Amino acid sequence: MNINFLKYSKIYYIFSGLLFLAAIFLIFIFGLKFGIDFSGGSILEFDFNERPENKIIQDKLNEFNLGEITIQPTGSNGVILRMPDINEETHQKIIQKLEEISPVQEKRFESIGPSVGKELRQNTIILIVVSFLLLLIYIAIAFRKVSRPLFSWQYGIISIIALIFDILISIGVLALLGKLYNVQFNVPIITALLTILGYTINDKVIIFDRVRENILRSRGEDFETIVSQSLNQTLARSLSTGFCSLLVLISLFLFGGETLKYFSLILIIGIIVGTYSSIFLAAPLLVFWYRRRHRVE
Amino acid sequence: MKKHRYIILLGIVILVFLAGNLVYPKYIKSIFPQFWDIPFRLGLDLQGGTHLLYEADLSGIEKADYSTAMEGLRDIIERRINLFGVAEPVVQVQEAGDSHRLVVELAGIQDTNQAIKMIGQTPFLEFREQKSEEETQQILDKRKELEGKTLEEMEKIENWQLGLEDPYFKPTALTGQYLKKAELEFNQNTGNPLISLQFNDEGAKIFEDLTSENVGKILAIYIDGVPISTPVVQEEISGGNAQITGNFTLDEAKELVRNLNAGALPVPIKLISQQSVGPILGKISLEQSLKAAIYGFLAILLFMVIFYRIPGFFASLGLLIFVAIVLALFKLIPVTLTLAGIAGFILSMGMAVDANILIFSRMKEELKQGKSFLISLQEGTRRAWPSIRDGNFTTILVALVLFAFGSGFVRGFSFTLIIGNLVGMFSAILITNNFLKCFIGNKIEKLKWLLG
Repeated sequence: MNINFLKYSKIYYIFSGLLFLAAIFLIFIFGLKFGIDFSGGSILEFDFNERPENKIIQDKLNEFNLGEITIQPTGSNGVILRMPDINEETHQKIIQKLEEISPVQEKRFESIGPSVGKELRQNTIILIVVSFLLLLIYIAIAFRKVSRPLFSWQYGIISIIALIFDILISIGVLALLGKLYNVQFNVPIITALLTILGYTINDKVIIFDRVRENILRSRGEDFETIVSQSLNQTLARSLSTGFCSLLVLISLFLFGGETLKYFSLILIIGIIVGTYSSIFLAAPLLVFWYRRRHRVE
Repeated sequence: MKKHRYIILLGIVILVFLAGNLVYPKYIKSIFPQFWDIPFRLGLDLQGGTHLLYEADLSGIEKADYSTAMEGLRDIIERRINLFGVAEPVVQVQEAGDSHRLVVELAGIQDTNQAIKMIGQTPFLEFREQKSEEETQQILDKRKELEGKTLEEMEKIENWQLGLEDPYFKPTALTGQYLKKAELEFNQNTGNPLISLQFNDEGAKIFEDLTSENVGKILAIYIDGVPISTPVVQEEISGGNAQITGNFTLDEAKELVRNLNAGALPVPIKLISQQSVGPILGKISLEQSLKAAIYGFLAILLFMVIFYRIPGFFASLGLLIFVAIVLALFKLIPVTLTLAGIAGFILSMGMAVDANILIFSRMKEELKQGKSFLISLQEGTRRAWPSIRDGNFTTILVALVLFAFGSGFVRGFSFTLIIGNLVGMFSAILITNNFLKCFIGNKIEKLKWLLG
């Protein structure tokens, strides 16, 4: 089996470009719903014996003057309330008030004050920056040996472009999910995104590594043929590596409950997009850059 | 070589025996009752419970005494919680930038509100001394000036905050921090209840100094910012005994004594963050995540056996051993399992088998070239190794960063992912391959379809 992957490069560019634009569009239009672990605030999750309309809950809560509240039904009788940060006293009063509608079974309450929220935000930014730096160092080291016919840093930049693509598409999907299902951009999602980075960088490294190996062995084939050949050789590996991870993640998505649902979904999307971008974005870009350079020369 | 193989096999059998029985000690306990019985440690999100974060107000304390004050705070709150009967409560001092905090974790607690009240209600005992007449007059004058004005008008007056201060008393160094014990007594003449306080050595010294400086003046006793008793100091008191003769009923006095003994807080605290998970949700989360783990495991089993036949079967066996070893490690280390941790474990399960897939697909290539099974396996493993190593390496690298810089969810996830990845490499390469070498050998070569 030998597929000429690069024959349709233009189509990949257009498709990838559209995906990219769609993601940016979704992020800008819908924005991200930051979880309380970033913005501070509180979450109250409970079950009613009989769940009323959102409007009735809203009316009951009006007297507390809490500002912006979102009321999200969950499960058959559950409700998730997202409110600004409240103290324990208000929390108890709210429960009492809600009891007037129908008996309430409290399941979860989280309240994060502004100072703690700010700290979590700062810590997460540090986390992201350190991860990126480390990844850059890794990329620099991994491509150190690959220096023909492009420079090492060019391999590095292409893999970074592909990684940004992976992350951005995932965030775009998240923005859409936020709009449709009120999915929050919170610490678990950040964890998923960073894990995706660690996971998919590897695909890129392995394909480029194969390119290097094949260049050393080549007997005068042109660069495009070598890249295509390398893709064919690594294809089985690229597809099969993620497969069992995807199997367990799908199981986690279907059965793992509310907290892990979107965490695993983002991982699933990231791994799929990552595999796609290694083959259909990183490799064609490699050839593209090579051609440009040689035309100039 | 062959002998070598069987020694490894024996090692695996012993390892599996130990790991399996550690994870599920029920059977072996009936034969060897002495065998270890270590339970899994579940996080608050899986067993239900409350995570409280308090911030301590250290503004009234010298910087040098911060850590002593925080330790005192921790001990007192720990004592309080013990009265409440929570199994293995966690009370930790935490520093974040300039703020000093106390983390309180109560597992399996039913009534969070009650616990918060109990921690917060602990009385803050302090002694205050009289301000000089001059100071008092200044404040009273300021108050007059402010009288009848709205808040906005007040803010225009110079030093307006002064008017809000207590005109008569100012704080001293003597607080509940130095209290050794409180006792209920009765006035021998009137029969009214009174509370006797016994300070520790340090407190006794401060009390002695205070009383000597304030002879003939009032030394007021405040609890939670409210004056309870305002006795006049007759003479210097050494030995560290004091009495509160407030206007309280017997019940009030009893409660006060109990609360003071449980610990008067050395510094005021404020609840700044709370995470509570009800026991029902905890149970549901645990069930759901276990269900996801089991279905994920079965899906892998099915996939491997269908696509890779005999090697797939042994890889599945390898995965089962992987699960036993990882779970045993969770007990031994011990790892506190949270939802995030279980997610990390489940993901590492998938990654462990991916290593087998890499080996098998390389092995197939070798088989196609007509090599024998054992040679193909060996070659396949050798050629797949760089991919396996790099794949696990980058994941572990990111997980290490997450573990080092993250908190809560992030740490739980990354820690189990790291453990899973390390054990996964070991099980895929050593255990599964060794099984294949020992049980299949070259005998099966004629039945190629069994090799997937």
